[in-house]
Amino acid sequence: MSATQTSIAPAQPRLLSGLRRDGQPVRLAAHVDRYGLLPLELRPEEIRDRIAESGLTGRGGARFPTAAKLDSVLRSRTRPIVVANGVEAEPPSGKDKVLLAYAPHLVLDGAVLAARAVGAKKAMIATTATVHAAVAAAIKERRSDGGVSLSTTVLPDRFVAGEETAVVQFLNGGPALPTFTPPRPYERGVDGAPTVILNVETLAHLALVARFGGAWFRSVGTPEEPGSALVTVSGAVRTPGVHEIELGSPFAHLLQQSGADPQAQAYLVGGYFGTWIDAAHAQSALLSDADLAQYGASLGARAIVVLPAGACGIVETARVARYLAEQSARQCGPCVHGLAAIADSLEQLVHRTRKPPDAGLLRRRLSQVANRGACRHPDGAVAFVASALRVFSTELDRHLHGHRCTGHGRPVLPLP
Amino acid sequence: MSDLALRVNPLLCDAHGLCAELVPELIELDEWGYPIIDDAPVPHGLESHARRAVAACPTLALLLERRKAAPAAKAQARRSRA
Repeated sequence: MSATQTSIAPAQPRLLSGLRRDGQPVRLAAHVDRYGLLPLELRPEEIRDRIAESGLTGRGGARFPTAAKLDSVLRSRTRPIVVANGVEAEPPSGKDKVLLAYAPHLVLDGAVLAARAVGAKKAMIATTATVHAAVAAAIKERRSDGGVSLSTTVLPDRFVAGEETAVVQFLNGGPALPTFTPPRPYERGVDGAPTVILNVETLAHLALVARFGGAWFRSVGTPEEPGSALVTVSGAVRTPGVHEIELGSPFAHLLQQSGADPQAQAYLVGGYFGTWIDAAHAQSALLSDADLAQYGASLGARAIVVLPAGACGIVETARVARYLAEQSARQCGPCVHGLAAIADSLEQLVHRTRKPPDAGLLRRRLSQVANRGACRHPDGAVAFVASALRVFSTELDRHLHGHRCTGHGRPVLPLP
Repeated sequence: MSDLALRVNPLLCDAHGLCAELVPELIELDEWGYPIIDDAPVPHGLESHARRAVAACPTLALLLERRKAAPAAKAQARRSRA
């Protein structure tokens, strides 16, 4: 290991700059060379102060303040547990897998520091099969984690498995399915202990904030949404993949960087719980939740799919709506029946089945499903479909009136 | 208005529909028979009906809960106490 005590705070990009070109994970020695040693000298409250000062929020999609999440388990008399959530089950998203496969020590450092910040002795890394080996190998490489023991567990690769109560239930020996709340994991989680669940990208940022401080973190991004974030771009782009963006930077810049089709008609922003945005809007949009709010969108899971001119947004949405219906945990009636019925309605539009399409019925179903499941799966699915009806209103009309679909070419939105 | 509100545990609910018969003022059923519940505070006049609906649910899925303050309001309250 090199003798570097503190390395220089990395410029943008922060998380992805050190990746190797040969597709191998960054080894511990190279990681320490780049970012410096794990700051085990920091007291728990010093770590928490730095996180609070940074304004870091959850990078899994919900944007909950990380400092508040850490604070939520401090009042309990039971020793808390930290879980790193790397169960990235969303088909258009790959950012968490990229981090775990290529820069695992950033995530592991973050998990150790989060554990030390709340007095936990255990940090568990929840992963899926594709990246598990890389994480396990990285854990073996590590020497001193200041009394925090790291372990990794493979979760089934299904959409709802990444929901935090599903992760907790699985780690407790049950199925990887969401549970009714309360109790929330911070109240009673893994082994009954108060549990802090943080997305793996959140932990990677946390590892750097602990080293370089809150002011460094805030030196990019906007005052309300500080820092950088990983975004997965796919669809009609020359170089699909994971990009590190500054929050609040121009959407057009990211599109240019990834070689997006300049003739694109629309973008899906925020993954399959996200929102379609018309291409005309995207030219001036910024990559922040505050700016995207004017289009009814947010960065959400930070997956962006570029829809080329030749595709039909209604057809694409119908395919994914069926997938989301099939991915229901099948635990809650409104989700099981509602999502299936919504997928039926869309397929009637697209395939001209014997039953005539009924846009009124589809809209009524969309308005009835949200907030009625144990988890956010139905809410996300209906928001996604509702945005398609707004943005692709011309295509919707064509389908309703039995005109020929203008879409052609291969499917764009990725499915497993 | 009471500070109570009805909530359903959707994992337990089996669409028996008794609740909507007992308090139609606060609960309607969707096209599959699952309750759509008004999460506003239960008016005093309907409290006993709401309790009867909770007791009648065959799967114990219906809950009458004290409404919690919004998390932001709670944080505010904590800060002002400190």
